[in-house]
Amino acid sequence: MAHQSDLIEKDILAYLKSQEEKSLLRFITCGSVDDGKSTLIGRLLWDSKMVFEDQLASLEADSKRVGTQGGAIDYALLLDGLQAEREQGITIDVAYRFFSTDRRKFIVADTPGHEQYTRNMVTGASTAQVAVILVDARKGLLTQTRRHSFLVSLVGIRHVVLAINKMDLVGFDAETFDAIERDYRQFAEPLGFASITAIPLSALNGDNMIEASVNTPWYSGPALMDFLETVQVEGDNRAEPFRMPVQWVNRPHLDFRGFCGVIAAGTIRPGDELRVAASGHTSRVARIVTMNGDLAEATAGQAVTLTLTDEIDVSRGDMLTVPDSPPIHARHPEAHLVWMHDEPLQPGQIYLVKTATAVTPGRVTAVQYAVDVNTLEQKQVPTLGLNGIGVVRLELDRPISFDTYRQNRDTGSFIMIDRFTNATVAAGMVIAAAPLEARNTSLTGPGPDLAEPDGGHLRRISLSESFISGTGVSVVDLTGEWGPIGFDVTASFTDYLGKGNRVLFRLRDLAQLEAVALLAYDQTLTFEFDRTAEGVSILIFKRGIRSEGGLLTDEGTGI
Amino acid sequence: MNSSNLTHLQQLEAESIHIIREVVAEFGNPVMLYSIGKDSAVMLHLARKAFFPAAPPFPLMHIDTTWKFREMIQFRDRMAAECGLDLIVHVNEEGVRQGVSPFTHGALYTDIMKTEGLKQALDRYKFDAAFGGARRDEEKSRAKERIFSFRNANHRWDPKLQRPELWKLYNTRIKPGESIRVFPLSNWTELDVWQYIHLESIPIVPLYYAAVRPVVERDGMLIMVDDDRLELQPGETVQYKSVRFRTLGCYPLTAAVESEADTLPRIIQEMLLTRTSERQGRLIDHDSAGSMEKKKQEGYF
Ligand SMILES: Nc1nc2c(ncn2[C@@H]2O[C@H](COP(=O)(O)OP(=O)(O)OP(=O)(O)O)[C@@H](O)[C@H]2O)c(=O)[nH]1
Ligand SMILES: [Mg+2]
Repeated sequence: MAHQSDLIEKDILAYLKSQEEKSLLRFITCGSVDDGKSTLIGRLLWDSKMVFEDQLASLEADSKRVGTQGGAIDYALLLDGLQAEREQGITIDVAYRFFSTDRRKFIVADTPGHEQYTRNMVTGASTAQVAVILVDARKGLLTQTRRHSFLVSLVGIRHVVLAINKMDLVGFDAETFDAIERDYRQFAEPLGFASITAIPLSALNGDNMIEASVNTPWYSGPALMDFLETVQVEGDNRAEPFRMPVQWVNRPHLDFRGFCGVIAAGTIRPGDELRVAASGHTSRVARIVTMNGDLAEATAGQAVTLTLTDEIDVSRGDMLTVPDSPPIHARHPEAHLVWMHDEPLQPGQIYLVKTATAVTPGRVTAVQYAVDVNTLEQKQVPTLGLNGIGVVRLELDRPISFDTYRQNRDTGSFIMIDRFTNATVAAGMVIAAAPLEARNTSLTGPGPDLAEPDGGHLRRISLSESFISGTGVSVVDLTGEWGPIGFDVTASFTDYLGKGNRVLFRLRDLAQLEAVALLAYDQTLTFEFDRTAEGVSILIFKRGIRSEGGLLTDEGTGI
Repeated sequence: MNSSNLTHLQQLEAESIHIIREVVAEFGNPVMLYSIGKDSAVMLHLARKAFFPAAPPFPLMHIDTTWKFREMIQFRDRMAAECGLDLIVHVNEEGVRQGVSPFTHGALYTDIMKTEGLKQALDRYKFDAAFGGARRDEEKSRAKERIFSFRNANHRWDPKLQRPELWKLYNTRIKPGESIRVFPLSNWTELDVWQYIHLESIPIVPLYYAAVRPVVERDGMLIMVDDDRLELQPGETVQYKSVRFRTLGCYPLTAAVESEADTLPRIIQEMLLTRTSERQGRLIDHDSAGSMEKKKQEGYF
């Protein structure tokens, strides 16, 4: 770590001050197997003097023992830290490394090229701002190059370096470089990157890594390190509407109730009005509490504790937002899904869906399409297998608050967990509330109680003839209904009850009780609640009317 | 998406606080492994920040090998009292009975007194999550580990079966008997830790500062004579030198470096100008390439 050593020696305090002000860039290396990703990072660490003497000694020994360079230094061994990786000369899991130059600090994730370990590549990509996508100059674009590029675009990385590597093995040929760059730009066009910077490299020998290489006089663009030090990534989202998923409610004693979380967007000051996305309740910020004293302002990225001026109900899983620009609150998001497990997705099966704050059971109701990573074409598929990428419709047990992933990585992302094995099986990025949910019909008209704010989906069930069978008792089975429901009453239904017949509603859960009660209220009906081993049911009927079938023997007070 | 208005350290701080709160929200019985070193100091400080004005809602636990520097033990007890936290000190009594010591048992010593001790304590108290202060920049296999690192019922880490870990969404689901090791400082570097200690005035064990201390030179390393259990070998003499420690562990296994750095800025200065990594002071890592990975698989932190 010999950078800026003059300043370190002469004025350590000034040096520390300058360190504080450095910006941080998180990037990944990705691309196909053996294209040189680990070598490239190893070389960057080496050239930025981040390799210590003792590490160098073990690197030299390791290179002789298991290196791929015939005993010469194998920089990849600085990264491939697992036994299995060193033995096989491949990367299996993502490695996080840290280095800094005079201008920036870097966190780099070196990801594996093998398709089998795509989930580990996605792990690294999810928190990165820039991707260095490697291509072996001898091989050109491969399926993994395309898959990784697509994943990179999907997780919202806007700037990519097309690192055309191993140029030493093609005699630093400009034609080869140009052809690969042309191919790539054509392929990546639909991915909509903000910038693609192609650089001819030899990661092994250091060409165009730190300085312009004499071997590529025909290339006038930046060296890799130049690019990384200067690339401007999108700014923070402090100007966006305020969002804070509530992570924890801090209640040390009766007089303090603080809501803890990391601000996902926006800026907040004491006095600002806030709204709980799910309930619609509002209040104002009283204090922004930290151990170093109350803050006058907090912005996106900070971990804070807010107290409010009113005693409103807020708990983990809620999202605090500005009142006039609330998030989506719905049960049926449509999302990009990256399937990461050997067992394919089972549409209809319940998984746990974990978002910024809430864990909710939910299922995939439909796979709209999968994407062919080579052509980026959509294809119809029944499900997604390992490393499959597609667009799906979800159905959650209850509505949750989220934004689209495009708007906010933190509030627009989710993972899916297998309920039985606890494996993380998928990564999801919300595209929108499902189109269906935009046509929200409200049961009680405007009002905060039953109506679901902001596009929550309400399913209306028409109580028509199809539910009525014979005389006596007809059954309406609601156990298959997962969301909020409302009823539309038909003439034949009122007729049926008017004749003394009864209707039994089988409920999935108590959330459905309200809708049935409302029906009874609207139609002046009586109802009876019954809880048995089979579940909960409600019998509704018209009081004082004898059934033609003679079943009603107790004057309408029971079954 | 990124928060470039925040400084690098502010971003790291927020990430760590988020991780610590997530554990408390999702686990029934978490514990913070407190090793008394600078990383533990930062981790404890972050935990206090996460729950201020409340105290962190979990105990501290120290796996005491009985060979820690005396100043570490004093510091430990003082910090726990000041922070209002319960302190669990666990010693592998079986190991003590067998007379296991760093002098007699070599590599086995760490296995028995640290790894076994840790497993015993986790089993006894049935902790489902345990915070540790490890950083990814310390060592190659650490660089590969998740922030929420799954351990099976035998406390084993399987590097080939790590859960994908995306965004800030941590999978905290486990079955009875299984547990998660959580590393809130995963993305901090040694420099970040020192800089943060400096900025936030976090108390650390005085052994980090240079002072004249009694040491012997053994196998090219300076070992401090912290008590009379260190037997001098033929030719060894106790010398008084101005030394400090870059990392703290069991005194017979932790090498001192000669230094005059007696303030934080000078420590940082020295660290930046040296050309060896901090783990070199720990004898355990030198055993063989991949030794840390093996230890971790067996349940070591
Ligand atoms: N000649 C030459 N060889 C290179 C260059 N870059 C990497 N290599 C070699 O290519 C092989 C693969 O390099 P790695 O860095 O392990 O490749 P990787 O992309 O990390 O591989 P995976 O992570 O397993 O997908 C090694 O033998 C490297 O030494 C280069 O620029 N020129
Ligand atoms: Mg690799």
